This record gives sequence, structure tokens and C-alpha cells, in this order.
Amino acid sequence: MTSLEKYKYDVVVIGAGGAGLRAAVEAREAGLSVAIVCKSLFGKAHTVMAEGGAAASMGNVNDNDNWKVHFRDTMRGGKFLNHYRMAELHAKESPDRIWELETWGALFDRTKEGKISQRNFGGHEYPRLAHVGDRTGLELIRTMQQRIVALQQQDAKDHGSAESHMKVFAELTITEILKENGKIAGAYGYWRENGKEVLFEAPAVIVATGGVGKTFKITSNSWEGTGDGHALALKAGANLVDMEFLQFHPTGMVWPPSVRGILVTESVRGEGGILTNSLGERFMFKYIPEVFKDKYADNEAESDRWYLDQDNNRRPPELLPRDEVSRAINSEVKAGRGTEHGGVFLDVSKRLSAEVIKKRLPSMWHQFYELAGVDITKEAMEVGPTCHYVMGGVEVEPDNAAAIGVPGLFAAGEVAGGMHGSNRLGGNSLSDLLVFGRRAGMGAVAYVKNNPTASVSEKAIADAAARIEAPFRRAGGENSYSLHAELQEVTHNLVGIIRTGKEVEEAIEKIAAIRARSANVAVAGDRKFNPGFHLAFDLDNMLLVAESTAKSALLREESRGGHTRDDFPGMNSKWRQVNHISSFDGNKVNIKAQPLPPIPKELFDLFDIHELEKYMTPEEIAKGGSN
Amino acid sequence: MARKLKLRIWRGDATDGALKSVEVDVNEGEVVLDVIHRVQATQMGDLAVRWNCKAGKCGSCSMEINGKPRLACMTQVSSFPEDSEITITPLRAFPVIKDLVADVSFNYRKAMEIPSYEHPKDLAPGAARMQQVDVERSQEFRKCIECFLCQDVCHVVRDHEENKKSFAGPRFFIRIAELDMHPLDILKNRKQKAQEEHGLGMCNITKCCTEVCPEHIRITDNAIIPMKERVVDVKYDPVRWLGSKIRKREGIV
Repeated sequence: MTSLEKYKYDVVVIGAGGAGLRAAVEAREAGLSVAIVCKSLFGKAHTVMAEGGAAASMGNVNDNDNWKVHFRDTMRGGKFLNHYRMAELHAKESPDRIWELETWGALFDRTKEGKISQRNFGGHEYPRLAHVGDRTGLELIRTMQQRIVALQQQDAKDHGSAESHMKVFAELTITEILKENGKIAGAYGYWRENGKEVLFEAPAVIVATGGVGKTFKITSNSWEGTGDGHALALKAGANLVDMEFLQFHPTGMVWPPSVRGILVTESVRGEGGILTNSLGERFMFKYIPEVFKDKYADNEAESDRWYLDQDNNRRPPELLPRDEVSRAINSEVKAGRGTEHGGVFLDVSKRLSAEVIKKRLPSMWHQFYELAGVDITKEAMEVGPTCHYVMGGVEVEPDNAAAIGVPGLFAAGEVAGGMHGSNRLGGNSLSDLLVFGRRAGMGAVAYVKNNPTASVSEKAIADAAARIEAPFRRAGGENSYSLHAELQEVTHNLVGIIRTGKEVEEAIEKIAAIRARSANVAVAGDRKFNPGFHLAFDLDNMLLVAESTAKSALLREESRGGHTRDDFPGMNSKWRQVNHISSFDGNKVNIKAQPLPPIPKELFDLFDIHELEKYMTPEEIAKGGSN
Repeated sequence: MARKLKLRIWRGDATDGALKSVEVDVNEGEVVLDVIHRVQATQMGDLAVRWNCKAGKCGSCSMEINGKPRLACMTQVSSFPEDSEITITPLRAFPVIKDLVADVSFNYRKAMEIPSYEHPKDLAPGAARMQQVDVERSQEFRKCIECFLCQDVCHVVRDHEENKKSFAGPRFFIRIAELDMHPLDILKNRKQKAQEEHGLGMCNITKCCTEVCPEHIRITDNAIIPMKERVVDVKYDPVRWLGSKIRKREGIV
């Protein structure tokens, strides 16, 4: 083996999307030394794909909005499976996090009074999403990337080198989170460019690796979404919570095949886009669930009026939470009312002028024009569900994002679980990563104060190195590309948007079989920028995540949010009291049911009791929240 | 439905390399990145290529297709004649790492040299008021996805390695312009610094950068030319020169 590169930092942040960068800024500003590690180039993380906006109840467009309304919307959207404390912190702190970005140079779209403009989105009672056209994620990541650069420039002035206290390790894959004596001691990985191995010794590690979409066949996620943080944390002894909940975004592109799954922003509906089937019916009126009947219009006339007068009309049903819209589209297509390519129509051309569409939805216009040859200012888009987001993730303490069970490990952003319950509202992801990215940074700062040093044993280093070398030593083994394709086929067909117990059982068997074969993956070529080699490690992570998802999905015998069981179609209040906790015993993933933390009285009282009756058992209602 | 496509893909590293011919299936609607992935999965498992979003939003899959700097994810195979061979090579202005992956660290070093945004000290978070029309000028430049195609195509560095030291390139001229036109930024003399320290004067306005920009940012017309004009203005007009010395903030003229 070539000589090992070794670094010592106070904190290693894995992932350079919004959550990771926000955590890094927080830790560096508090004086810590920080390594930021990412699989791609700096500034390319999947956050750039977020289009619609960041939800924050600033009340700039409708001053009735406040954190309590946002909290209620978030809990409703998640069907009350959310960790109440995360939803509370998120709703309270997101306005400050947005305004803070402005002090770092972000330029959001404005209202007439010159404040930050806010747009409508599914499940949000008032216009709430701070945005920049339909490229809000790019603005967030660039702003934080540039904030990191600003802090490095300051370090150059103060300490003589831009990388004296914070360095970005781009195109580096972490293969292991290392512990000594039960606590975090560092992380191990390799440079993608040349395969050279790297050891980080650090008392704190923050995982901010995003999602798991690449486990599925049709996804809006980039190649990076392979559940690395989920799997690394699981293997380091952390728990995953509620991995059965995957968000299938209702509107992904469906044609041509090569772009299948690419996201079509919810802003299209927020700006007035309507969904129709092949018969020309605006079908969403048929799919308004009981729990939402008082908030959504059941006729076209009222829907249309809502755009002009939101106080006296109910919202159009196209703006129902994503899980509802996805299921509706799925049902329409199944009933034979889909488009030629198996989707439905989404049309914004009838409501807005060409000029306004190009201004408010520029990247959508561009995307359809260049990739599908469709001019969305004149014709409808063809759309269908695509795997977009995982609600499940590392089980954390809400206030400091500390992973439960592993001292020194923190998780923020999509990789963390709990915040969104069974379904995330659009716009709550960008604000989530700001709020909890900062809190993870703060958590690490407090932890490192009491645990300032860490060192990794020679044995741990040797084990980690052996694992990286292994695929090169196997001759004539399995091909990681084909195993990946097989896994995607299994998840898509058997643990996808609609599931049955029988299918999920089959999936668990098949995933185990693929995992057994993956132990025999062999890699052609050498270590130099070798995608086949890179995929071998990603595949390992995806298999663990898929196992956790399938096993959790089998146990939950109800349909809620991003988990729909054809054999248990209704929502059941008893299941609302249960989280599914995944742990790893070194061999397989085990699931246990764990009671949800009870909602305290002051938050319980924010809701109308009749609404809570739709979600909670009579006993819970009688108790009226905990003290 | 699938047809055969002939590709020539550059394979190699910093020391040696050559174009390799392959034949691969291509389906209706596919982009060049799709066929590269198919080659990777079926014929060349270790073919190196950078990519991420596959939707023209992250700027990772920059390469040269038939000699033109482009995003592979936004280049339709059907935009080339059906029987023609497509040649794919790495970005030419930067050192190659392997196959289609180039070392673009030059750009991150230049980013470090551009003075950052400075927020007015007395403006509290949330207190800023700006008109849409005023933020739009900078927003155009903030659309940049950092694909570095403009940096790759620019003659000042494409064939002149020696210019790299003193030339920041179009990507960073729009970064400077963005900050210069930012309604809140308080740092003075950004344009002058662009001229004196970042090589703005070396640009001879051939507009190649604008032509390859996948975000259609009008780099030359809206960033470079206005900055050049104002630098000249302030430098040679005695009244403007005096003005620039007395006024507290030079900002947007």
C-alpha cells in the first residue's frame, strides 16, 4: 500500500451540500478546525437541484403567517409522525436562517416593498417559500460556498494560509466512520482521482450526505444519492428512524426515457399549473382525502378564485401534499387514463403568459425545451412520480443533531430522520438543512470542547485499508453496474410507491441475495478515477439502506405519507404512535418499534381538537398532550 | 428503436492517451452523457467521467464534443447527423486527470483571489430592502453553474498557459460584476481591481464565453463590457476621476 495521508481536525463534515456547508460555517466561526469532504467537486452537491424555494414564515407576502402556522402545516404534511421538537425548531428558526443568507450575499426575489418574496407551495397555508426563480438551491449552495471562501480568506489573513483551519477535500469518498472506545475517532476514505487512502482523526464527525434516491430506478437524485451517510452511521452504531418513508415527487419528467425521473418543480403547480388526464379531466378534485376537505377546493371555479383571493377560497387540489398527488397520478395511470408515455399532463401555459413563465420558471422552460423538445409556454408537460427524498434517516437529538447512541457523531439535512414525519412538504428541505446544519455545527462545537482529541488505532486503519483493497483482489467476480441495476429493479417493482406485504417480503429476500453476491464484486482497471471501483462502495451503502427500507415497510401495516400498502390502505392512529428504528448487528439490519415522543401540551393546543381526532387515538386526545 | 452510434472517446492520463473508437446503442431522445454511461456499463468499466445532476443544473459534465465545449447532459445525440461519428475529449484548457476528467482546480484558486461580498455593518438580518429590478442584474450572473466552459473556451488561456497567472477568466469577471452591481455590497473599487489584478484588460471581447454558456448568461455584453467601459471612464474623465475620489461609495454608476 502507498503511504497513508493523515490529517487531524476538530470536526470532519461528510457532504458539502447545504447542511454540510452550513454546519462547517458554524463550526469554523466558533473557532474549530474543519475538514469538508465531498464525493463531487465543491459546489456540485444535490442541493443545486432544489428548485422551488426555502420555507420560512417571514410573513412578507401574507402577514398572517408565523411559526405556529408553519409548525401546523409541517405536522399535517408529515401526518403527525414528525418529531414535534424538530418541527418546532425548524418552524421557529427558518426565518433567521434565510435572513442570515442575505448577510452573506444571497439575492432572493423581492416583493414590491423590497422584502424577500414568498411563493405558494403544496401543503403550506400561506405563500412561504423564499426563492430565486426556480433555482433556489443553487443560490443557497453558492452563497454558502462563497461564505466558506470568505472564511478561508480570513484565515489566510490571520494565519497565513487559506487552508490553515478549514479545507475542502473534494472528490474524496469516505468508506468508514471510525470509533475508539465507543466514541467517534475519525473517518477513512480515498481520493477518487487516484485511489490514495486518507485518514482523518477527529473527535466529531457530521454526516450531511443527503439521500438515497439511487437505490431506486426512477429518481430525481444524482449519482451521489447512494445513502452513504445512512449506511456509514448505521455501521458506526447509530440508528435509522422510519426508513419506510420515501417521497415520490409527483412530477418527474417521463419522456424521453433518458430523462425519466428528472424533477419538474412543484412551483409549476404553485404558479397555477393544473394536472389533467388523457381524457382532459382535471382529476385532482376526486382525490382530496377526508383530512384535507376543509382546506382544498372541490371545484374549478373556487380553485381559480383562490389565486386572486386566498382568504375567502380554498386552495386548488394540485397543491395537496406530495404523497397525495403522487398516489392520485399513479391511480389515474393505472386506470388507463395516462398519457402515451405513462404519465399525466401538467399545464401552466393556459394560466400564465409566455413571458411570465420564462421569468418565473426559467430552468423548467429550458429543461423541457432542450431535453424533451416541449415548449411549456405553449403545451403541456408529461409528468409522473419519481423517487425524490427519504424522510427516514439517522435518529438524532433534535436540539444538537447528535446521533443517538454514538458520542461525537452528528447528522443534518436529508440524512437525518424525524423532522418530516411520513411526508415532507416542498420547501421544508432547504430550510431544514439550514436550521439543522447550523445546529449540528453547534452540537459538534459543544462536544469537542469536552472531547478535544481523538486518535485511531493501527488495527482500525489496517481493517479500513483492507476493505478498500478487496475488490481489486477478487478475480472474475460480480460486476457492480449490473448488481446496481438489479437492486434498482427490485426496489422499483417491490418497495416502490405502492407496496404489498407479499412483494416486500420478496424484496427482502432478493436484496439479501444481491448483498451476498456483492461481497464478490470485482473491479477492472486500477485505482485511478475508476467509476467501477467507486460504485462498489456506493453499492454496499445502497444495499444496507434498501434492506432497512424494505424491513421497515413490511412491519408498518397501514398507509401513511410516503408509505402506501395496498393490503392496508387506511391510516391507523395506533401506527402513528410508533417509529421504526433500524440498527445493524454487523450482519443484518434489525427493526424495532419505538413509541413516538408525546407532543407537549403547548404544541398540542395549537391544533383544533377535531383535526387531531383524525390522527390520534381517543386516549391520546383525552390526555391532551404531555407536560 | 435503438440504433448504433460510433463514438471516439479520448482515453488516457497526463502522461499518455489516444482516441478510442467504440460502437454503442443509442435510443430516441438520449443525450451524449447517456451513451457515455452505456459505454461505461457495458464496455469500459473504468472510463472516467464527471457528472451529477444530469439536468444542466450542476455543471459537472463539461467536456468537448466534436471540439466544442459543452455539457454532455444537455447535448442531444440527435443534434448530430445520424451517420456521423462523435468525438469526445476532455476540456482542453485544463490538465487532464484521466479520460474525460480534467483538473479544474485553477478555477477554485481564482475564486479564492476574488474579494468576497461585504455586508453593510449596520444592516441587521432581515432589514434589507431591494427592488426586484435592482437585484436582477446580479441575479443574471448568479445563475452561473460553474461548469467552467467559458474558462475552457477563452483564448486568453486556452492556448496560453502563461496567461493563467494573471487572468481570472470570464467566470470570475461575472463574479466581480455580480458583486459590483450587488445593491448592498460595500467593498469599493471592484472594477479597478478586476482591471489591475484579475486581467480584465486582457479580454478582447470575442464573446466565445457567451456563446458556450449553457445558462445563456450574457457574459460579455452585461458584465465584461460595462466593467471595461466604466474603468476607462473613471480613469480618463477628470470629473469622474475626482468624483471617484470624493464619493464614499463607488458602487453602481
